[in-house]
Amino acid sequence: MIRMENVQKAFGSNQVLRGMSLEIPKGSSLVIIGGSGTGKSVALKCILGLIQPDAGRILVDGQDATSGDRDAFLARFGMLFQGGALFDSLPVWQNVAFRLLRGSLKRPMDEAREIAIDKLRRVGLKPAVADLFPAELSGGMQKRVGLARAIAAEPEIIFFDEPTTGLDPIMSGVINDLIREIVVEMGATAMTITHDMTSVRAIADNVAMLHDGVIKWTGPVAQMDDSGDPYLDQFIHGRAQGPIEAVR
Amino acid sequence: MNPLVVLERLGGAVLRALALVGRLTIFAARTFSHFLRPPFYPREFAQALLSIGWLSLPVVGLTAIFTGGALALQIYSGGARFNAEAVVPQIVAIGMVRELGPVLVGLMIAARVTSSIAAEIATMKVTEQIDALVTLSTNPMKYLVAPRVLAALVTVPLLVGVGDIIGIGGGYVVAVKNLGFNSAAYLQNTVDFLEMRDVISSLVKGAVFGVIAATMGCFYGMQSGRGAQGVGRATKDSVEAAAILILAANFVLTGVFFSI
Repeated sequence: MIRMENVQKAFGSNQVLRGMSLEIPKGSSLVIIGGSGTGKSVALKCILGLIQPDAGRILVDGQDATSGDRDAFLARFGMLFQGGALFDSLPVWQNVAFRLLRGSLKRPMDEAREIAIDKLRRVGLKPAVADLFPAELSGGMQKRVGLARAIAAEPEIIFFDEPTTGLDPIMSGVINDLIREIVVEMGATAMTITHDMTSVRAIADNVAMLHDGVIKWTGPVAQMDDSGDPYLDQFIHGRAQGPIEAVR
Repeated sequence: MNPLVVLERLGGAVLRALALVGRLTIFAARTFSHFLRPPFYPREFAQALLSIGWLSLPVVGLTAIFTGGALALQIYSGGARFNAEAVVPQIVAIGMVRELGPVLVGLMIAARVTSSIAAEIATMKVTEQIDALVTLSTNPMKYLVAPRVLAALVTVPLLVGVGDIIGIGGGYVVAVKNLGFNSAAYLQNTVDFLEMRDVISSLVKGAVFGVIAATMGCFYGMQSGRGAQGVGRATKDSVEAAAILILAANFVLTGVFFSI
């Protein structure tokens, strides 16, 4: 279980998180929605320790995320970055098997390559892609490779940062289905950040709406449409009028 | 303008400069500490050796050969004003080995290697590849910075040595082919005149300049701001800082080696 307790983070005078509290039960899939610049990515990076929160606590299975063995902590996570964040200098299979080629999870190179090709197959890519470089792939393929890398070491917790941004609707559907299948198959705890309401309905067990640095609403995805929360209603229906100010 | 405002701006600039020096010092100290602490990344080190050392040889060789040739011509024409044309081999040797070899190689490395490291790391930062490294349990300081700085420490002295030899070779070719010097006598004068201290100073300067060039590239790359503008600024700042620090370090090292 992941628990955020009153997490606060500011960048200079810009207070991004103003006391965010959230709970993600083990094995469930939570999607955080919210407008651009509301601090969704910052929240995710705080959990991973990429950004240090100014105040509050983050607990993973009851253990403080900021203390203890960082390598062991991070080994439990997989992450799909918004732009893929694939390493340009490495071929696709070495990107996927990055964690298996070094550090505590190191395997022999042949075995790591086999696992990489297997994971690529799992996300619908042919083995021939393994020896290409990231720059030779389309946006959708890069997302799939990123997804394969996120699941390569069989993590317990997987984060997805805007998994469908920049993709066409059909490829978005493919990625959503893959994420859902993989999370269910692996029994992983998943946390996704997105603006894409189709993704929310395809991926989420639970939804949390982040606005103005705090969670405005959280609940099961089935209750999202009848929440009665004006912020959530405005967001999911994409209305310009409502309590969330839209800059025109 | 209000003198207090001027003073405030001046103070702000000084504080920012001091903060930069502090950050840079901590960055360099952390980099050196990773030379000794595992895990090590031999493949990344080998790639850095190839890219900083081997692939810099053409530009270093061409710079050195033309500089050595031009130096021979200048010394000959300048020396002729007081009948001292014969000093060409000695002055070319001392000029290349003590000063021009290390400084020109250092500046060429700043142009070629510092810019490339800064642009690569800054792009990695902007595209979240650095964050991805961290989430994959890999310390970017160990994986990206330490191998590059160590490779520069090892290869740039060798490049300086090669540059010195090629530069002296350029002077030799011009002196023998164009200025009528005797080949054997030119080489003998060169070898006789150089001291071990000259060669050691040249190689030490190379090591220091290599560390400066690679560290500046890594530091500014890791500090890069967002977007294409951030990458461009990081690259420009890294080359400027490397070039200035190399020239300043050259002055200090020349003082250390030759004023005692």
